[in-house]
Amino acid sequence: MSLTDKDKISKSADAIGADALSRMLVVYPQTKTYFSHWPDLGPNSASVKNHGKNVMGGIALAVSKIDDLTAGLLELSEQHAFQLRVDPANFKILSHCILVVIAGLFPKDFTPEAHVAVDKFFCGVSLALAERYR
Amino acid sequence: MSPALPDTFAQKALTASLSLALRLILFDGCLSECRSAQTWGLITSTADKMVVWTDFERSTIQDIFSKMDYEVVGPAALTRCLIVYPWTQRYFGNFGNLYNAAAIMGNPMVAKHGTTILHGLDRGVKNMDDLKTTYAELSVLHSEKLHVDPDNFKLLSDCLTIVVAAQLGKAFTAEVQAAFQKFLAVVVSSLGRQYH
Repeated sequence: MSLTDKDKISKSADAIGADALSRMLVVYPQTKTYFSHWPDLGPNSASVKNHGKNVMGGIALAVSKIDDLTAGLLELSEQHAFQLRVDPANFKILSHCILVVIAGLFPKDFTPEAHVAVDKFFCGVSLALAERYR
Repeated sequence: MSPALPDTFAQKALTASLSLALRLILFDGCLSECRSAQTWGLITSTADKMVVWTDFERSTIQDIFSKMDYEVVGPAALTRCLIVYPWTQRYFGNFGNLYNAAAIMGNPMVAKHGTTILHGLDRGVKNMDDLKTTYAELSVLHSEKLHVDPDNFKLLSDCLTIVVAAQLGKAFTAEVQAAFQKFLAVVVSSLGRQYH
């Protein structure tokens, strides 16, 4: 992942998170089931924007722990396993939506090489997040 | 055990988790019927029912493909797929040099095949109401002759979605993405139908 990419991504992290999340809720409506407690699931909803921020914060944490994702994401994994109980299949869905958003925002930078690096990273993050499930 | 849960949050949580569990079970059952479906609408309309397209979906798909340069998008999607999911290279043993990203991106056979794939999709765009029949022959070809694992169709569609997202930028809204992915999902499902 080129440094330029990362800087660009971290600058628009909140926007990327919000867009990816709202996209996921539209393109994969089954994911809405996890958010039935939110009053508004539209793209401009404060809950969606805030949660997008949280998710990207998690990803930033993962970047800082990239050399040992399992250990670095232990707490988040436990949260997802025991409290949130999100089916790990959805990690793939959200990863895909984040990739789509990044491709739309940075078409020239998101070369196939950048794509494979980011996709590989997200797969690693998803795996680490699912670590404590069983 | 008390017959009724006094706490409404607990009630909601229980109903939500039961309905999710039920949906996951149904989803899993349907999944073996139609491996690559992505949207709920698609899952509930599998097997012998026709896929229903809204006006928005129809016009969105027609619009995207009419403005698309097949000779740019096709090669871009296929090269991306070969780079991001390197195991897909297994089907292109006779394409020559695929040793690194630069080689793949400069390979003329890959480019040509990318264009061919897009023209294949074009057939679907022109026959949205009967994709099953449209792709029956191609499905047999991919199964019997090419021996392509149908999971790869999904990988290629994901790459195509990303290439189109990069091209359209802001115009690739969530609704447009949903329509595009639904179309690709039906094509992928039709291509996987004749496998046995």
